[in-house]
Amino acid sequence: MTKLKKAEKSWVFYYFRSLNGLIGFTILALLILGSLFALFHATPYDPVAQDINSMLKPPSWHHIFGTDQYGRDDFSRVLDGVRRSLAVSFLSVSIAAFIGLVLGVFAGYFGGFFDTIVMRLSDVFFAFPAILMALAIVSSLGHTWLDTAIAIAIVYTPIFVRVIRGPVLSLREMDYIKSARVLGFSTPRVLFKHVLPNVVPIFLVQIALSLSWAILTESGLSFLGLGTQAPDASLGLMVSEAQSTAAFAWWTLVGPALALVFAVVSLNLVGDGLRDSLDPTRRSV
Amino acid sequence: MSILRNRITTKILTVASTLFGISVFVFVVLRVVPGDTISSSFGIETSALTPEKIASLKAYFGIDKSLVGQYWTWLSGFVSGNFGLSYHTGVPVTSLTLHSFPVTLELALLATIIGVTVGTLLGFYSASQPGGRRDFVGQIFGLMALSLPSFVLSTAIIAVSANKLHYFPNGFEYAPPWVNIGLNLQQMMYPAIVLGIAVAAPVMRTARSSFIEVQDKDFIRTAIGKGVNPRRVRFVHVLRNALNPIVTMTGIQFGYLLGGAVIVEQIFALPGMGRQILDGITKREYATVQSTVLIVAITFVLINLLTDFIYQKVDPRIR
Repeated sequence: MTKLKKAEKSWVFYYFRSLNGLIGFTILALLILGSLFALFHATPYDPVAQDINSMLKPPSWHHIFGTDQYGRDDFSRVLDGVRRSLAVSFLSVSIAAFIGLVLGVFAGYFGGFFDTIVMRLSDVFFAFPAILMALAIVSSLGHTWLDTAIAIAIVYTPIFVRVIRGPVLSLREMDYIKSARVLGFSTPRVLFKHVLPNVVPIFLVQIALSLSWAILTESGLSFLGLGTQAPDASLGLMVSEAQSTAAFAWWTLVGPALALVFAVVSLNLVGDGLRDSLDPTRRSV
Repeated sequence: MSILRNRITTKILTVASTLFGISVFVFVVLRVVPGDTISSSFGIETSALTPEKIASLKAYFGIDKSLVGQYWTWLSGFVSGNFGLSYHTGVPVTSLTLHSFPVTLELALLATIIGVTVGTLLGFYSASQPGGRRDFVGQIFGLMALSLPSFVLSTAIIAVSANKLHYFPNGFEYAPPWVNIGLNLQQMMYPAIVLGIAVAAPVMRTARSSFIEVQDKDFIRTAIGKGVNPRRVRFVHVLRNALNPIVTMTGIQFGYLLGGAVIVEQIFALPGMGRQILDGITKREYATVQSTVLIVAITFVLINLLTDFIYQKVDPRIR
């Protein structure tokens, strides 16, 4: 009985046994909590409220991340920036993941002409750097956060297609899938019950990694002035503004930089944790 | 149909169709842009232009034809080496590119050399003690380098160097290497380091797992068991067999640097391809953006082909 119990342990158990996964999850949870404060306007100060009397103040108990050149509270701005970054990356990766999963499964499972078309299209998207692609799309869509999200979604969809299609292609040739077909199982049943569960691990890991890239892309676009527009807070925009102030007010750069690094690190660690816990051969006992 | 089954023919057809797809994609994306060259040149004065003036300007800019016509004019020009005209400066995109391509190429080469050297060495260092202290140090570096956005690092470097050390070579006008090699290298230093670190992270991760995988192989155990010098085993047997993924990763990273260094080129005021594209986008210059992006894509595809080729040279098993 005990042996059976052990085998029943879900991947969640193994996920939290990995140090990477645990640290990543904790940081990410804190960042999400912080952005919830920003979402409900519960930040210490209004992120866009200027205060001429407290310009470029170093960190103190009143302003724990200091203030910027307009006297705005950097901590509130960082929280609001994290909220925006997370919102853009979650939305864009959700779109990319969904479309990528559907196209990848269909292309891999059915093959043929549809597969060829999908793969040729993804070749096109892979032939130039993601940031260039995002730049071009953003310049044609516009500069609201929704436009940024759509641009990033378009850029990352082909990655999901490729990551999903590969395993589906080899699954299709597996004996148990073949026998399922021979037994006369309907295509939806084969796809949902037998193919999909096997690509879930890769899919989840890819989602975590893509979220971290999406945050980098979003902040890069904002840094170039092609994402979130002033006076709204965004981590990339804050770093861009810090270009003129960082030399004598280091905190204007450190606040948003730390938030960005923590966000990206946490998602990478979550990805590592997921990879280790979802793949039985990599589990540490 | 037999000609289609030939590997090289297939490869060439694939590359050609990819490039065709890219040209269409870039062309279409830019046409969706609200506003055109005219409204971006004249700003709010556009409304003061008479219809005749607009018509003649449209003819001048070549946007009076149908979309298919415009596409055809651009593509046939591109193939013959005429990349169009940058209207704001009056300079042909071909000559702009002749100036910007070497800048980007030099930067990409330097960054790749730094990144691959650091990444491979660190990967080797990490793999020499999997799960141990060395591995921990290497992995922390890899994670940090992967997570530190290049524009954050660049901003920090500028803040420290220009204001504390009073040294900032990029404040001067860009000097090509054949004019002033000393100044040129100084100007390339910071951006190459920033991009080098960005390249080092994925190379390090790839190198580490590749080394670890090869170390566990039977032929390595055999070599050690035979009494081959352990140093020789690590530097000859392991290294040689672990190179393939590193070569692939290097090719990918180098390709990305050729067009993906937009932000770093912008920050360090290097007049490369990335800045040319960014300028073109902000000024709505179709010809500049289309042609430059297509050049980047062609270079990228060619580098991938080259990587495939090197891959086959390094690994006889693939031939």
